[in-house]
Amino acid sequence: MRALRSSAVAALAAATAVTAVAGCAAKNDGKGGGGKGAIEVTATDSSCELSAKEFPAGHVRFAVQNKGSKVTEVYVYAPGDRIVTERENIGPGTSAEITAEIKAGSYEVACKPGMKGKGIRQKVTAGGKGATAKRDPKLDAAVAAYRTYVQEQADQTLPAAQKFADAVKSGDVEAAKKAYALSRVGWERTEPVAESFGDIDPKVDVRADGLEKGQKWTGWHKLEKSLWEEKKISGDDKKLADRLITDLKDWQKRVGKAEITPTSMANGAKELLDEVATGKVTGEEERYSHTDLVDFQANVEGAETAYELLKPVVAKNEPALAKELDKQFKAIDSLLDDHRDSKSADGFASYDTVGKDERKELSDGVNALAEPLSKLAAAVATTK
Amino acid sequence: MTQDDGTTTEDTKAAQTADGHAPSRRSLLGWGGAGLALGAVAAGGTAAALRTGGDAQPAGADATSRSAVPFHGRHQAGIATAVQDRLHFASFDVTTDDRAELIALLKEWTKAAARMTAGDAVGDGAVGGLAEAPPDDTGEALGLPPSRLTLTFGIGPTLFEKDGKDRFGIKARRPDALIDLPQFPGDNLDKTRSGGDLCVQACADDPQVAVHAIRNLARIGFGKVAIRWSQLGFGKTSSTTPDAQTPRNMFGFKDGTHNLAGTDTAALDKHVWVTDGDAKDKAGWMAGGSYLVARRIRMHIETWDRTSLQEQEDIFGRNKGEGAPVGKKHERDTPHLKSMLPTAHVRLAHPDSNGGVRILRRGYSFTDGTDGLGRLDAGLFFLAYQRDVRQGFVPLQKRLAADDALNEYIQHVGSAVFAVPPGVRNADDWWGRELFA
Repeated sequence: MRALRSSAVAALAAATAVTAVAGCAAKNDGKGGGGKGAIEVTATDSSCELSAKEFPAGHVRFAVQNKGSKVTEVYVYAPGDRIVTERENIGPGTSAEITAEIKAGSYEVACKPGMKGKGIRQKVTAGGKGATAKRDPKLDAAVAAYRTYVQEQADQTLPAAQKFADAVKSGDVEAAKKAYALSRVGWERTEPVAESFGDIDPKVDVRADGLEKGQKWTGWHKLEKSLWEEKKISGDDKKLADRLITDLKDWQKRVGKAEITPTSMANGAKELLDEVATGKVTGEEERYSHTDLVDFQANVEGAETAYELLKPVVAKNEPALAKELDKQFKAIDSLLDDHRDSKSADGFASYDTVGKDERKELSDGVNALAEPLSKLAAAVATTK
Repeated sequence: MTQDDGTTTEDTKAAQTADGHAPSRRSLLGWGGAGLALGAVAAGGTAAALRTGGDAQPAGADATSRSAVPFHGRHQAGIATAVQDRLHFASFDVTTDDRAELIALLKEWTKAAARMTAGDAVGDGAVGGLAEAPPDDTGEALGLPPSRLTLTFGIGPTLFEKDGKDRFGIKARRPDALIDLPQFPGDNLDKTRSGGDLCVQACADDPQVAVHAIRNLARIGFGKVAIRWSQLGFGKTSSTTPDAQTPRNMFGFKDGTHNLAGTDTAALDKHVWVTDGDAKDKAGWMAGGSYLVARRIRMHIETWDRTSLQEQEDIFGRNKGEGAPVGKKHERDTPHLKSMLPTAHVRLAHPDSNGGVRILRRGYSFTDGTDGLGRLDAGLFFLAYQRDVRQGFVPLQKRLAADDALNEYIQHVGSAVFAVPPGVRNADDWWGRELFA
């Protein structure tokens, strides 16, 4: 993804004026300050100063100078911490330029000395027509916190997925089986966001029946089939393990840029339960490994996180709904607890041991939670 | 319904929706163009005419298939009211153990039921709400007339007591007549098609309207109730309007010739409605109600179809074409039971063979495709209402289960019994109020 964005920026710069770019470069290595119209960002280890905090919407350039002692990075965030643009690895004493198309509205510019944490933030405003309507700051905070959660899930998934991939590559079927379900948890917790990148999901989480004509089967479920159904690891599988890591890294890089709004968060929570209702409760999702309950739990956890973050607003707008959701989340957690198995590598019973009556009970529990959850979007959308 | 100024009630209703009222199915019809509006006008007129009676619509009234059956009355609609052609019957388990929550659901259900039977959408409707949220109504009945939809509500024995537990503090109010059905010889009951804490019988002339009703009630109930099983039915096999042509069952025989007529109030009072006298003290809440037995009866269609016509007619005790009893010419001729085989179905089921006991049948044919062995999964979804199950269905079925020649071709595979409370009196009343009050 990094390569893709750089080339886009380069193309954009080339289309406007090659000389301007050259001019910028010449000036940037001197006493700072970008080309004409650029907003100067001066970063140190403890500050992040901007030459202007209000500017016209449109094609905006930020000329960054790192006067600190640590490597830094600079982000431009839309409300809800959606990354509009960012530039990493700006070394001490060096300069860089960031370019972006910015719509009218409120944003935050963050310098992150040491390339860690939330960074030192400055509020900025892009002016002009079509400024986005003001939203309850509590909802912006919920979206920002949810975005952090989503990023954490992606960050934590990589090592777990690497462990799985390593086991596959070493040809160790048993170790790979043990690592399989756990490598999926972060993905399953944030699946609606992950799926908003339409190109990643078909590479990592597609099932045999979801393949388009001519599409090569890659990702978790192909390896699942090899491990449980064929009970052996082929040379091709080992390559697929590397491919899975590459694709997941792409997800990890891009997840912060997903479009998230309070209503999409709320509907995402409902979609996680839909995932359970259509794929997990039937045992279709993990048809070879029968680790459906691990995914089930992860989907519920992801939905619960989104709900908990929106809850301050929901509890105010629709107290009865909040009460019902609290109750139903508790109920589904307790239902899942009935199927925990301390002897299993992932903590849950194999789904093929879950009987028809118990599946009905789980299905009823999912419906009981998903129905009020479908009302969550309305409860946050109507906020004034 | 044309008014003096030339507008129709439908036009008026459509205009009202501009003021923020939820659009009804019928008002949408009004918007749908002249052709559709004409139909709606006719439906509205009939519905209004039928409503003037105040009480539940008499079965004898020749309602058109598009009209509405009044929801409020002394008895619930869907028992003695004219039988519609389609059924969606649902049995529910109550999953909450909170009495207040159950009561809140029953109130919400009643409200939705009143709207749907009148042809209106549930809540704020299926369209026009928030774009980000799912609509209150599922929408598949938009633009369809009320289709004589009736929703009839019942309470199973397990709501009073389950596994020795008085679940909602109503155990002491369980009527003696609401028994657990005994095991009958030949029963092969599937527990996933049997029992239930609550039931709703949806009957309509349009299957989509019946399915829409159950679907919306199930949705409203998620978290408090869960569907245990449900059954679709078609081709009413019993008529409560004897002047109409008697329908045929899946064996090709006319069924329900001697059924109770919805207009025969004396017979209904004697055999169907629970009286104040029956329902003293603990079961006083059932006065004006009835008891429902639901049985899924699988028919062995293929072997029946290989049976000679003579044998088929002997088994029933009537001829196949006209439906006349053995030795008689016309369908409604009084049967001479002794001319029939001692094991003939009609002979065994006849009131004269059962001390005069009569039940009101409201069954439907069903076919749920094939059974995996290539056999038609078809039969009769038997629904019968009576004043007391102990005097109605039980002795009758004991007799049939023991001797009926038809048993070679049928099997009872699902079973349930429900107390069906009296009608919802007005907009403030709700299903089960007398029991929980």
